[in-house]
Order: sequence, then C-alpha cells, then structure tokens
Amino acid sequence: MPIVRLQDVTVAYQDAVVLQNISVEVQKGESFVVIGPSGQGKTTLLKTLCGLLNPEVGKVFIEQRELVTLSTKERREVLKKVGILFQKNALFDSLTCFENVAFPLREASELTDAEIRQRAHQYLEFVGLTQASSLYPDELSGGMQKRLGIARALALEPELIFYDDPTAGLDPITSRKIVDLIMSLQKKRNSTLVTVTNDMNRAYQMADRIAVVVDREVILTGSPLQTQNFRDLRVQQFIRGSLEGPLTAPQ
Amino acid sequence: MIEFRNVVKRFNSQTILDGLSFQIHEGEIVFVLGVSGTGKSVLLKTLIGLMRADSGEVWIDQEEVSSYTEDQYLKIRKKCGMVFQHPALFDSLTCFENVAFGLRRHLKLNEEEIQRRVQDAFKLVRLGQIQEKLPGEISYGMQKRVSLARTIALQPKILLFDEPTTGLDPITTNAVNNLIQDLSRTLKTTSLVVSHDIACALAIADRIFFLNSGRIVAEGTPNELKSSSVPLVKEFLLEAVQ
Repeated sequence: MPIVRLQDVTVAYQDAVVLQNISVEVQKGESFVVIGPSGQGKTTLLKTLCGLLNPEVGKVFIEQRELVTLSTKERREVLKKVGILFQKNALFDSLTCFENVAFPLREASELTDAEIRQRAHQYLEFVGLTQASSLYPDELSGGMQKRLGIARALALEPELIFYDDPTAGLDPITSRKIVDLIMSLQKKRNSTLVTVTNDMNRAYQMADRIAVVVDREVILTGSPLQTQNFRDLRVQQFIRGSLEGPLTAPQ
Repeated sequence: MIEFRNVVKRFNSQTILDGLSFQIHEGEIVFVLGVSGTGKSVLLKTLIGLMRADSGEVWIDQEEVSSYTEDQYLKIRKKCGMVFQHPALFDSLTCFENVAFGLRRHLKLNEEEIQRRVQDAFKLVRLGQIQEKLPGEISYGMQKRVSLARTIALQPKILLFDEPTTGLDPITTNAVNNLIQDLSRTLKTTSLVVSHDIACALAIADRIFFLNSGRIVAEGTPNELKSSSVPLVKEFLLEAVQ
C-alpha cells in the first residue's frame, strides 16, 4: 500500500518547470532513495512528497488523503506522522541537545514532562549522544550534529521519514555508521524512508528502490542492482560519474 | 617542497597533531585522507601559518617557517594558492573582478597585464563567456571553477585544496578532480589535497597519506596502498568500490 503518492504532478518555480507530470508511489515500509545531478530537483521532489511544497498541477496523497483538501487541523494530524532531517540539520543553537530533541515532543505530542524526558533520553541514547545531552550544537562535531538531527526527527516516532542528504560533508566511515544507524532504526519501527543523497555508496547501502531525478523526469530505476544495469544512458552516465554522455557536462 | 618534522599542535589538553612528519616533493599531487576530526584542517592551517605549531619544524620551499612573524609569513603565503571547500567568491563582484581581485591587491600590474592574466586563468579552468556575470547567476560547478581561476591567477607554486569534492554529485566530482590534475600538471605546481574521497585520490594522486589521531598511519602510491593491511586504509578502500 502506498504511504505517499504523487499523481501527475508538475512543480514549477515561476516559469521554470522543475518536475513535469510525474507520478511516484512510495510503499509503506520501504526505503526509497532519490539521486540525480545537482540542481535538477531532488530536494524539490522531497519537499513535494512531504507536503512542504504544493505542486502547480496534480495531486499529493499521504496515507490516501489528499493534502490540499484537508483542514489545517487534519493536515497537522497527517504531518505528525512525518519526520524530516534537513540537509543542514537546522538545529536550535540556543538549545541543548536534550532540549532540541524534546522540542517537537513538547510542541506536537500529548506526552507528560516525565514521558518527554524519558523519550528524549531514549533517542539521544539511540544515536550515541547520552554523554552530550547538556551540550549545545556548536560544541558538537559535524557527525554528532547529524546524529542529533536524526534523534530529533525520530523522537515523535514518525511512520514516514525524509532525509535530505543525511551524510553530506561527512567522511565515508562516519557516513556508513550513520546510515547503519538509520537503517537499524527503520527495521525496528518498520517505518518508511525517503532519502536524497549525492553519494552512490550510501544510495546502494540504503535503497530498496532508487529514483533518478533528471530533465524534469523521475526515472524509477529499481533496486541497486537493477539501477546499475538500467538501460538509460543518462542513468548510466550519472551513477558512474562519466564526463562523456547525454547529460550536459557540468559547467 | 613541503616538509613537516615532528610537528605537535595542541588545543588545551587535546593533542591534534602528534609529532607529524612528512615530505612532499616538487610537482607531486598528494592527498591527505582521514576521518573527520583527525587533524586534516589543522595540518593545512599550520602549513599556511594561520595556526602555529607548538613544536617541530615546518619547511616550505627550503625555508623553516614555523617561527616566522606575520610579515615574514606573507611572503610564504603568496607562494601558496588556497582553494576552499566552498567557492567563497565575492557575490557583489563579477567573475572577472573576482579573479582580478588578488592581482590588483598583491601585484603592481597595469590593466593590460591584469586582463591577460585573468583571460589565461579562465582559459585554464575552461570557462567561456561568463566573465561579466555575477557568481549568483552561474551554476555551483562554474563557481568552483571561478574560484580555482582566482587562485591560479596569482601563479602559486603550491596549490592547497580543502575537500574540493565534498557534497558534489558524481559527475561534478569527476570534473573537479580532473581539473585538479590538469592544472597541477600544466602549471607544474606542488598540490596538497585534503579530502574524504578515496576514489578521487586513487584516480589522480601520486601519493596518499592516511592521517589518524594526528599522525600518518599509512602512505604510498595508490597502487601500493591497494594491498595495505592497515585497518583505516582497508575501511577507506571499501568506499572506493561502487
């Protein structure tokens, strides 16, 4: 059963069409990974899928409910099931690690103070930040900030989680560990993941299914193995990083 | 051309560079790889004198510079072209003026010579008709090229790169990597690249240093390192296979 569905969607910024007439379904419990050249609409696709961006044309469904038809209250209820990790973490720099994780719990859950404390500490522990709970974000390394962002995105125990480039700027060994963590949490909770990444190794490590965003299209290329064998020259050029091919050489 | 002899750098009780020693020969392309927080940026900053070693010697072009005053160091820095992770262009200046900026500031050239040096730099990074555009009007990949052009216009003997391909998609990554190789060979510079990207290092490095806890734990040519038994090297090599 699809948990998110885009039906004949076109997204444009003023006159520039970024995604044209695309249809995508993400199934409950799967890990769906979005790749593609810079500036071609990966983040736009992510924002459309999670309801942050309304398309010009077409329909967006989260759990079978079309977002634009919902009242603000109904929309909030649906979006509570959604967690987002932003590319740059977007942590509150005036709040401690603990307070960052507790924030969405205070804002959007009915939990008591004691439950909030317990839940926040539980997720800090999940990501290995127990020792750091009273530190501020600027006292953490880049990898720790990422993990804090992940803990905050997960604290509300969302069923559907969006990760925008969760390992950007991290070294490959830390990246692999963070993705291991993301995947083990997904298994534990049987949640659905939608991840944008520029790193092919991470895409192969995470994906049940891969989509390539290019030329205003979303090409569904299948599993990592199917993607490696996919017969579209643009896809082949991209995943290999070749300078020769149909994709405009980056200027 | 560049040598560290037993360099130590501490912050409070934390030792970042722990007796670091290495040599880089003239004309080499050397990659320094290592996980975050292992001292790669501190190495670069110690080299160009933005930080000073607590002990040990830093040699650049046959001069021991670790105890140089700011004034003495300026002369050394002019031999070093630094390419930052992000393009760090002046967004209110055209691409031409960005590249001309360092020339106007550091050299007494007439307008004709500046024109020529800027045109040469644009040619070397293979950029065409964008000189009158502002950085905000061109793609990120092009901004990286303008930033490279700005660095090489001053004709440094040493090129230093701080994570030049981090966060780029695979095609742009290869394009930037090829450019580093072409420029280093064409201009005959000594190039030091601090990076996470083992695939790029294997493709263009003459030698690779693996840094861990402020020391080099493995070094060699790409071929030598492929059979390394050092755990950190093996972990990195796993990431090179796609």
